[in-house]
Formats: sequence, structure tokens, C-alpha cells
Amino acid sequence: MVSFVGLTTASGLMHLASAKQPDYPTIEDFLPKPALFAGTPFAINRIILIRIILTVVILVVLGLTASHAKLIPSRWQSVVEYGLDFVRESIVYDVIGKERGKRYVSTITTIFFSIFIFNLGAVIPFANMAATATICAPLVFALWSVYNYWAAGIRAHGLGGFLREELFPAGIPWPIYILLAPINLIEITLIRPFSLTVRLFANMLSGHLLVGMCLAATQFFFIETNTKIFAPFGVLTLAGGMFMTCFEIFVAGLQAYIFSILTASYISMSLGEEEEEEDKKVSQAAQPAAQLAAVSA
Amino acid sequence: MGIATLAAVSGNVDILGYGLAALGPAIAMGLMTAKALESTARQPEVAGQLRTLMLLGIAFVEVLALLAFVLCFVK
Repeated sequence: MVSFVGLTTASGLMHLASAKQPDYPTIEDFLPKPALFAGTPFAINRIILIRIILTVVILVVLGLTASHAKLIPSRWQSVVEYGLDFVRESIVYDVIGKERGKRYVSTITTIFFSIFIFNLGAVIPFANMAATATICAPLVFALWSVYNYWAAGIRAHGLGGFLREELFPAGIPWPIYILLAPINLIEITLIRPFSLTVRLFANMLSGHLLVGMCLAATQFFFIETNTKIFAPFGVLTLAGGMFMTCFEIFVAGLQAYIFSILTASYISMSLGEEEEEEDKKVSQAAQPAAQLAAVSA
Repeated sequence: MGIATLAAVSGNVDILGYGLAALGPAIAMGLMTAKALESTARQPEVAGQLRTLMLLGIAFVEVLALLAFVLCFVK
């Protein structure tokens, strides 16, 4: 119920007096009035404030954990290490490859953890709003991802080589290129960042609306109506609200995972075919031979 | 229901549009999950890879439904 109190105060208490229908959350929740420094260019509204606080929380918590890191990890340290390990092993190394992926571990770890904690704002009491639920935060992450895969491609093949590889993939009859090249160009410049942004933003938006709708209906059925006939519906919507809150936590993790794994696979696509695997096989095959040679010598 | 009644249908009609738009992605997601499950049953040892690929595919499909969801709010 705590989270619900925040919701109603956010969208105005005046509905409470003459409620004919539940005080459903509206799109206005995502466009709050400036709370601090109103009128200046640095006006900060509720969502930006949540974003700033969560950033500080991430920095402080991870910084403290890192500075108190021990060889035998405490319980909290092993939780953080599990998270970092998960991102490194099953996102970066699995998708990009171990040798090439090392360089991108820090970037993708940052993306994953920031998005995850920002998303969790949706279920933190009194915040009740994912910091990624307005378009600008996902857009910044998406632009960062774009920068990364362009930089990766340009570093690996040069600008011309990267564009040739992306726009004119090999093994296709040339007339198709007239269609394919513009499509691919739009894909790597616009569609990828746009889809990354919309995916994260719309997920958080819909999650907030769903949780808010369930709890607003609960408030309506229990408190605001005069007849108590509808109380069973209130029980139903309360259970729905709890379920949606748990679902929000799941979605927060899932969207962070998907965002970072897509970024990783875009980087991997820009880098082109993986060559290290074969090198490794060759070197592994070469090793026993070299040892044999050394022994026989 | 006469044409006059039909014209009087009001309220949030966007919801109907969203319902239609969610149909395709829903079928696609179902197919993808079913295929991933099937492949996992055939070859349990690549379950991790399959799950990642399935989530990637679902992420691409999901955008279609989410686009419609966002467009509901664009007036």
C-alpha cells in the first residue's frame, strides 16, 4: 500500500473526494512538474531526481564493495561478484568472444548495472517510477551502444571497410544491393538505437501503468466506494498488483539483460567473423607438437 | 446494430488497435518459444545458447508490439 500512497499524491488528491471511478495512472505521471530549481535550465523533476539518487546509490554501493574487497568474499561481495561474473561470462564472452570481448567488459557491465538499478526504481517505495521510464535515459544508453559498435567496426576494418561490410554483405547478387544497402544503412544508424530505446522505455512505461492501475483499482474498491459489495474485486486487484510488482522486478532484470546482450551482439557483428577461435585451435594443436619437439630435442 | 450505433462507439478505441497489433508478435513469440523448447528437449546440452538466442529473437519481435503500445499515446 505504501507504493500506492505515492501514486495518488503524485496524480492529485482532489479526485479522492468525488471518485466515480478509480484514479488510474495517466501519462501525466511521466511528465511531472519540476521539483527543484524550477525556471532555471537546471530544473529537476521527480524522475530526474530518482535518476540522480540511483546513480549515487550505484556508485557508492559498488565503490564501497570494491574498496572493501577481500580474497575470501563476504556474503554481499559474493553477490556483487556473481553479478559481475554473469555479465562478463555469459553476456560479453559468450557473444563477442573471450579475446575480443575483454575490451568491452567494462562498458557492458556499466550498461547492465545502470539499467538494472534504474529499472528497479519502479518497485522502490516512494520512488515508484523506473528512472528509464522517460525516453531520454534509454536514448542515452542506446546512443552509447551506437557509439560502441561504430567505434568497434571502424577500429577493426576502418570506416570504409566497416561500411562495406555492413552495407554490402558478401555473397548476394549485385542488383539486390540497390535495395539492401539503404536498408542496412538505416538499420545501423536509426533502427538499432530506436528499437533499443523503445524496447526499454515502453516496457518500463507499461509496467508502471499496470502496477498503478491494479493498485488504483484496489484503493477504489476498498476505500472510495460506499458499497462494500465490490470488496472481492479489490482482493483480486490487490493480488494482481502484487503479482505485477514481482513481474516488474523480473522485467527489470530481463530488459537490462536484453539491452546489454543486444549491445554485445551489435559490437560482435561490427567486429565481423571471429578469427581468434581458429587461432586458439591452431595454437592448442601446436602446443603438444612444440612440447614433443622440446622433449625429443 | 445500425450504422448510427456503430458511429457512436466511443472511449479508448486505441485499445482495439493495440489488440490487433499484438496478435502478430504474440504468434511469433509463441512459435519461437515452442521451437526453443523443442530444440532444448532434443539437445539439452545447448540449452544455454538456445535460451540466449530465443531471448534475442523475442526482443526483436517484442519491439513490434511495444511500438503499437507507444503509438497509442501519440495523438
